[in-house]
Amino acid sequence: MQHFFTRERIIGLIGIITALALLWLVQQSVPNGAISTLRIPYANGKPQDAPLIDIPLPTALTIYVLAGLLVAAAVWLIWGKRADLAPAYMGGVIAVVIVSILLTAIVNNRTDIVDMLGRMVRLATPITLGALAGILCERSGVVNIAIEGTMLFAACIGFIVSLAFGNSWIGLIAAILAGSAIVMIHAVLSLYYKTDQIISGTVINILAVGVTGYLRTSVILPMEAGGNHGAALPQFDIPLLSSIPVLGPMFFQHRPITYLMLIMVPLVSIMLFRTPWGLRTRAIGEHPRAADTMGINVNRMRYFNVWISGMIAGLAGAWFSLEASYNFDDVMTNGRGFIALAAMIFGNWTPFGALSGALLFSAADALQIKIQGFDFALPSQFVQMLPYVITVVVLAGVIGRARPPAAVGKPYEP
Amino acid sequence: MSTPPPTPPTSGWRTWGGILLIPILAIFTALVIGAIIIVATGADVVAAYGGLFMGAIGSPRAIAYTLVEATPYIFGGLAVLIGFRAGLFNIGVEGQIAVGSMCAVIVGAFVHLPPGLHAVVAFIAGALGGALWGAIPGWLRARTGAHEVITTIMFNYIAIRSTDYLIKVPFLDKASSSQRTPFIAEGAQIPFLFGADNRLHAGFLIALVAAIATAWILKRTIIGFEIKTTGANPDAAHYAGMNVPRTIILTMALSGLMAGMAGAAQVLGLEHNLKASFSAGYGFDSIAIALLAASNPLGVIPAAIFWGALRNGAGLMQLNSGISINLINIVQALVIAFVAADQIVRQIYRIRSARSAGITLSRGWGR
Repeated sequence: MQHFFTRERIIGLIGIITALALLWLVQQSVPNGAISTLRIPYANGKPQDAPLIDIPLPTALTIYVLAGLLVAAAVWLIWGKRADLAPAYMGGVIAVVIVSILLTAIVNNRTDIVDMLGRMVRLATPITLGALAGILCERSGVVNIAIEGTMLFAACIGFIVSLAFGNSWIGLIAAILAGSAIVMIHAVLSLYYKTDQIISGTVINILAVGVTGYLRTSVILPMEAGGNHGAALPQFDIPLLSSIPVLGPMFFQHRPITYLMLIMVPLVSIMLFRTPWGLRTRAIGEHPRAADTMGINVNRMRYFNVWISGMIAGLAGAWFSLEASYNFDDVMTNGRGFIALAAMIFGNWTPFGALSGALLFSAADALQIKIQGFDFALPSQFVQMLPYVITVVVLAGVIGRARPPAAVGKPYEP
Repeated sequence: MSTPPPTPPTSGWRTWGGILLIPILAIFTALVIGAIIIVATGADVVAAYGGLFMGAIGSPRAIAYTLVEATPYIFGGLAVLIGFRAGLFNIGVEGQIAVGSMCAVIVGAFVHLPPGLHAVVAFIAGALGGALWGAIPGWLRARTGAHEVITTIMFNYIAIRSTDYLIKVPFLDKASSSQRTPFIAEGAQIPFLFGADNRLHAGFLIALVAAIATAWILKRTIIGFEIKTTGANPDAAHYAGMNVPRTIILTMALSGLMAGMAGAAQVLGLEHNLKASFSAGYGFDSIAIALLAASNPLGVIPAAIFWGALRNGAGLMQLNSGISINLINIVQALVIAFVAADQIVRQIYRIRSARSAGITLSRGWGR
């Protein structure tokens, strides 16, 4: 039976509706002949210095062209029945929305675009790391929706230890260990007790909210009141590379966890696709019986992968409390662990794909921070919603094209 | 004619004992671990749990408050449970409650209707708002395969941001200094059962009716049968000629309907207005209640009352012993862990494992 709403029709329709919404936005809030200026400064320039280049764009015309492109591509997608291009189109729609909102917000004004790109990479850190954690688990056949809870727990423990020692580096190590510890509950429940993996992941998510809330009121607040303090992990500028315009601020002026994320993406990719460990991991995720026959200990390997994924999620958690800010708030991860899973699916369970998915979400976040200072037509709540809306749209557009590991979610009984 | 095979008893105290044993032992074990945490922080266990007990059921007023607290949990537990039966995991109860309460307060405060009818219409509006908010992820799941576990969570955030906007801008009570909507009309209120003093409102009775109705729908109606078949085996449901995508959408709508009723009952019966940055955290608790109820709609009632008692007693516990209210969250998470992984409890107490038909949720992320 054929449904009217095929994938390419839904995606195309979303694109056309988006284009219309953008036209409405321009009608509402862009005066005639308005110019939006994107500024690209020198890598280490101060705000008052002369920029490398200013790019003046006619606001309305630019958005009209972008919206027109969306509609044209949507028509082509629907008529050509190109469901295979749906993910790429989705990414395009999101990028156009982000650029259009930025241009509209800074109308008759200018903004430093490189600063936003740098922040985009920074904010992609927990999402990418979370997605890498998800990939390691799911490639070996274990669903891990506990990433959110793991990150939250690690953020909390890392912060407490850091306060106790007055040293964020020790806190960072503690966060990694905490992540690897709490995720083992998920491993034992789902691998030994064969609990449904979605349920056991949810158990960790709930447990993490309870435990961290308890620790915040009964440990962190007294410690802070008692004079314990520390500082966030410091920023390192990579010599020479950091002074390249655009690329320097984007990739070489960061704090440690962001650098680790940028290193781990290629590293995990190589490990997964170029080493015996990676081959075994993928084998037990696709066809555990066959892997078992070849002499791989399926469940031991799954324990190991879940453990490593907990460490990576722990690192992601440390980003919240030790790098982005030096603080711990109740439920401060704010759904980033779930967005990480969406990034993982968007990237078809590959590290580089996950990074690109994460950048889509973090671009929306960076946009929201960027336009806070400007007078924008839409209320701030709607801009804050953007990452979550994007997650839904990406999932709807990409799933079905994306292919999860065949044995994911199924316990293996030798 | 040979001897008839020994049929397992389908009713009687043995099965009921088996059903109740695990949740009770899970609760007991979680409370024991909670006591260990209390001792570890150097507080008085007797004072803490005594306070919890007295605060929960120590007086008629405490009992009434416990039932008030339990009301949204009954609806929420039913919402998650209905999803479970179709193999769907609705983590979006939180957002559906937010939308439901928003719709109810809009109708209750800004529409003019005769008293009584006004309450009914406002309640229905809230329920339908929740149903719509649940149906969208259902539709996405059925038509595109986007997994409801992620989409419903995202819809939570979207709902919370939207209601925040609606409360702060278009529906703000400009006469008030705090950020909240105006109070609903008196004729739109769900009446208190024993006067405003002990706050127990008729929403609790509606929740009981909803539980019975859910049991009836699942047991006696065609849609209930389709829900259960889809949950047990979607392929079989498809080959039997059932419209599986439609069932998924309908299940999520029904699930959201329950959550919407929770929001409506809370606003019309108890709060009478909606404040900015309200977040009750009902979503995760509802999952716990559905698990504790072992997917039995009537079991949701005692599970929710237990949950309400924990919440209600926590205040006095904190007052008496200085233990943070968040300890209750830990105890609750442990209860869920032990109920979800009943093998742990069976191992601790050496109970023979009875193979029950468990639910399967993790089917992977695709269709």
